[in-house]
Amino acid sequence: MAFIDYYKVLGVDKKASQDEIKKAYRKLARKHHPDINPNDKEAQIKFQQINEANEVLSDPEKRKKYDAYGEHWQHADQYEKARQQQGSSGFGEQQGYGGFGGQDFGDFSEGQFSDFFESLFGSRTGGGRRKFRGQDYNAELHISLRDAYITHQHTLSVNDKQLRITIPAGIANGQVIKLKGHGAPGGNGGPNGDLYITFVIAEDPVFKRVDNDLYMNVDLDLYTAILGGDVTIDTLSGKVKLKVKPETQNGTKARLKGKGFPVYKQENVFGDLIITYSILLPTNLTEAQKELFRQLAASSH
Amino acid sequence: MQTALIAITQYCSIHEIEADFINSLADEGLIAITVVEGDRFISEEQLQDLELYTRWYSEMGINTAGIEVIKHLLDKIHHMQMEITGLRERLHLYEAF
Repeated sequence: MAFIDYYKVLGVDKKASQDEIKKAYRKLARKHHPDINPNDKEAQIKFQQINEANEVLSDPEKRKKYDAYGEHWQHADQYEKARQQQGSSGFGEQQGYGGFGGQDFGDFSEGQFSDFFESLFGSRTGGGRRKFRGQDYNAELHISLRDAYITHQHTLSVNDKQLRITIPAGIANGQVIKLKGHGAPGGNGGPNGDLYITFVIAEDPVFKRVDNDLYMNVDLDLYTAILGGDVTIDTLSGKVKLKVKPETQNGTKARLKGKGFPVYKQENVFGDLIITYSILLPTNLTEAQKELFRQLAASSH
Repeated sequence: MQTALIAITQYCSIHEIEADFINSLADEGLIAITVVEGDRFISEEQLQDLELYTRWYSEMGINTAGIEVIKHLLDKIHHMQMEITGLRERLHLYEAF
């Protein structure tokens, strides 16, 4: 665990006044605030560092402790004991922040302070006794395209509690849903924060999705393409038999109405499935087959 | 469906913010205030936006005019991001085949 120079983080002098600290914090917050840097993890991390530095330096009590023991933070416990023996109180009730146990979630750093901070001040205090709303959590949930095709239940682990959510069919890549009150607990009677889940839908090897339409490639052998016939394909809603017209060209597209992706929160409404035929030329021809092609070639001149 | 109303005095006391800030947001048209029997409320649907504006104000020192500008720009970024996601999906069609 490394020592963190909070003065350096905020770019202020060790003798900086409360006003200067506030000004420096706000200036940096304007640049790195996650609200104005959406989906920027780097900015989020930077903002946490700034926030942590401000949490310490803007609070005269904490700043005093940090100044006295900052670099020798390992001795902070002894310092705290000595203070208690002198009859002064510690840092008030501490509001712990539960992390996320769900393995579906990616990085979960929001609301967490550095190990250095926690060793010096315990887990986050939330600023004394005033009421405050718990922090919002942001999480990513990775699902497959085939999962997104059907309405299904998913169990998440939030603050050591199991939370069952229903994911409606047709959810879009990057779509965010809000679970009210499932963020960090509020402090001193304040409301809980909310949980925002961003859905990340993995690419599928067969189907490409654009809005509610699906695209897929269908291989056709040369003979079916020329003479016409039937092919059976696997769609997300089951097998479909397609009639191939004679003399179908390579790259021909066909639109299958209603065989695409379900429309979010609209029952029984689906996009289309657009298929593109790829015609495969025969290989490893026998001499006899080649002769037939030569005859064909001669007859078409 | 009736929406829940949150008293502005209660909001201000939780967030330790002055009521003037909420009034100036309403003046700019960023939030709408409902008055019931002389008491002032905001609807629950606006809470998320209001908390966002409160954070910008208290954490970054941004005034209501600045909040309006940022809100417009963020909406714009959001639309552009949606467009990029859509274009990327279309691009994948050509890359894969």
